[in-house]
Amino acid sequence: MTVANPAKPAVRPPLVKPDRTVLLVLFFIVTSVLLLVSHETDIMRNLGPLGDVLRNKVVEALVVSLFLANVLFAYLWKAANWAKLLVGIGSLLFVLPLAGQADTSLLDLSIQIMIFAALALGLNIVVGLAGLLDLGYVAFFAVGAYTWSIFASPRFGEVLKYYGENPGSTGSGTLATGLVLTAVTAGSMVYIRGLHARTAPNRLSNLSFLLAGFGLFAGIMLVGRSIMVLFSGSAEALANGINPGFFWLFLALSVMTAALVGVLIGLPVLKLKGDYLAIITLGLGEVIRVLANNLDLYTAGSQGITPIGSASVPWFNSLAGALGFRPEQHYLLFLYVLVLIVIAVILLVNVRLDKSRIGRAWIAIRDDEIAAQAMGVPLMQTKLIAFATGASFAGVMGMIFAAKQTFISPESFNLLQSITVLSMVVLGGMGSFSGVILGAAVVTLLNLRILPGLGEASANVSWIPQEVNPANFNRFIFGSILVAMMLLRPEGLLPNKRVARELHHDQDQEDESAQGNASGLNAGGDVYSAGLATTKEDDKPGGER
Amino acid sequence: MELSVLLPFIVNVIIGGLVLGFVYAIIALGYTMVYGVLQLINFAHSEVFITGAVVGFEIFRILENSAMNGYLKLLLALVAAMIVSGLLNVLIERLAYRPLRGAPRLVPLITAIGVSLILQDTLRFLEGLQGRFDLTYTLPAGFGNKFCAAEGSTCAPLGNFLRTIGVDVQLKDVILVVVALVSLSVLNYVVNRTRLGKAIRAVSQDRVTAGLMGIDSNRMISATFLIGGALGGVSGVLFGMKFGTINAYSGFDPGIIAFTAAVLGGIGSIPGAVLGGLLLGVIQNLIGVTNIFGNLLGLANLETIDASYSKIGPFIVLVLILIFKPTGLLGKSNVEKV
Repeated sequence: MTVANPAKPAVRPPLVKPDRTVLLVLFFIVTSVLLLVSHETDIMRNLGPLGDVLRNKVVEALVVSLFLANVLFAYLWKAANWAKLLVGIGSLLFVLPLAGQADTSLLDLSIQIMIFAALALGLNIVVGLAGLLDLGYVAFFAVGAYTWSIFASPRFGEVLKYYGENPGSTGSGTLATGLVLTAVTAGSMVYIRGLHARTAPNRLSNLSFLLAGFGLFAGIMLVGRSIMVLFSGSAEALANGINPGFFWLFLALSVMTAALVGVLIGLPVLKLKGDYLAIITLGLGEVIRVLANNLDLYTAGSQGITPIGSASVPWFNSLAGALGFRPEQHYLLFLYVLVLIVIAVILLVNVRLDKSRIGRAWIAIRDDEIAAQAMGVPLMQTKLIAFATGASFAGVMGMIFAAKQTFISPESFNLLQSITVLSMVVLGGMGSFSGVILGAAVVTLLNLRILPGLGEASANVSWIPQEVNPANFNRFIFGSILVAMMLLRPEGLLPNKRVARELHHDQDQEDESAQGNASGLNAGGDVYSAGLATTKEDDKPGGER
Repeated sequence: MELSVLLPFIVNVIIGGLVLGFVYAIIALGYTMVYGVLQLINFAHSEVFITGAVVGFEIFRILENSAMNGYLKLLLALVAAMIVSGLLNVLIERLAYRPLRGAPRLVPLITAIGVSLILQDTLRFLEGLQGRFDLTYTLPAGFGNKFCAAEGSTCAPLGNFLRTIGVDVQLKDVILVVVALVSLSVLNYVVNRTRLGKAIRAVSQDRVTAGLMGIDSNRMISATFLIGGALGGVSGVLFGMKFGTINAYSGFDPGIIAFTAAVLGGIGSIPGAVLGGLLLGVIQNLIGVTNIFGNLLGLANLETIDASYSKIGPFIVLVLILIFKPTGLLGKSNVEKV
């Protein structure tokens, strides 16, 4: 029916991005100067009316956004490598800390952006790569935060004091029992797993595995309890929490705890598909929040834990002092550098994982679970790794968040936080690392600077009623982001190529025929495309039903 | 606690749970019907239903000082809430879900979450413009009284009987159950006895084949959203009556519980949603009084479990049911094909 196109196929000229080295460097210089000037009160005072404009909250938020856009452009634009490096390192390591010296809130904001970027990267692994919609992601963030906060705050002393006053029948005998129980049950679990590798698991072995699991739990509880009682004598000495030197140990511990909780939550629920998984993770996230609210002894309930300690590194402090930072800024500067390092590591892990065997397995599961299984991808294991990896990023950032805020309460970890992180991932583009970081920056800026700025600006205008205060419209704005992105650009702002191709399946086919390489195979494409349009749903393999 | 005191107490807790359960059941119907035709968890349903509650509040507020009969006010509130919630639900489907038919599963789900957030803030904003946040229902006089308490009325013997066996219900609870039962039977009639219901069932079984049989599936989906939204409106008013005070954000918890109820009963199954709602209402109320059982059984550890934990009860039920019987109590299993 369709005759092969006799005309010579129109060859599209290859897209050549113009070289923008000069523009990039110029942009960097202009925004840096703007940022530095707008945060230097002495200069501002001399600027008169211009200074007033720059001090306006909205303008200030714009200046910060423009400055951060530097890094984005350095990534996106075609420019000489030296310029990209100059802009990236210059903005993050020199200009930002320098501006932060004049205005500490800037450092705070940057830390917050990077914390959320890490959260978004973690959720991106779960949602974007493995295709598992997790609506309780902030629970892992909470786990990391509480892991550190309980020990590094006066809470620890109070917990010890409580156990000192209520030792029950706990003694060194309990410790021994607990240790033996833990060892025996852990050993039998390993043994049963080994057995399962060789022979098919049956009901009895499954049951004993479960039983050993409960035994292990009980053993760990016993050990924990007796350790608490044995150490209760030092409650006085630890009244302000443990030595800050433990910070580094806990950095590793928080990663592990969060990953462990990820596995524990994932084990029962990862069998479920799509929307069921979404609602159950939402539920378990709420469960963790309710627990944090109710386990008063450990979490201080809704009052929250404060003050939470942080590491203190003498040589770093003297270095910061030499660079002209005031002593009260050392702490934030330290966290800024730490977060920068952690996010670099997380980014590296992401990029390496994406191309690895496990990353490809995630994408296979996302695209078609059943086909992936048929190809030999172990479903449960792969999903669990995705959950645990995502959780561990949240865990470490949770700890840093707690150290930065010095105060946490269950309210910092509600559902809206999970949805905020989700909207970052959706805005930037599921599966795209750069996109997700962009999303985190945009949403955090909106949340912390632009909306409050607009709110403050509108508060002074008499004809705007107070209820219209933009600062109260977080939900509306995140909701709109989610809906608008899904309807208009489901692949996100900086799409992952593979996701974009999948979401624009139809256009792609048209593109191909337009490009003219459709002579043989796609000759009948026009005939079929009409039919395809009506049964579009059947395009999606049944795995996602 | 003495057994003679405890027994009526438990009976009242269970009755309270059943009343609550009827509200959950009707909310759950909205979820389950939409899931039946689109296989989508309509996250926005909790806001559709709280919109109904707000509309009911407004009607009661406007009519507060009128001499109109209390039952007529209630009827007006119910009808208005049904119309507003039903149309809102249709509008949501038209604008947000229809363009996404055939997109990967996560896409409409994320959209639904977004719509839910947008509606929450819109409601808060609209009520906030009039300086209100927490909305307290002004029920007609007598609704809050004990059921059949007035001496000399025709139903006084029934009321006296109930009180002697220790059952303590309010008039509004009885009204609530009656309204719920009426809407359930109307729904049952529409779905099982009319052409419209037949077409909806056909679409939810197989949309493509239903289309080949000449059923306009888009219209049927709209009709489903209309019915589900109208039920949401009814449940909103009942919810407001039951709890007295609501705000724009209070739809979330009952929404989750009702969804759990739908899953518990078997998603897509109408009797299942009702059964699940009733069960969850009772479970939730029983968890709320666990400390009393703990006291009774001498288990000190149970005493720390109080009403704040009743929030997580539904989630535990949801996890258990999804692990052990994912099709729900009354659901049919469907085999997944490639």
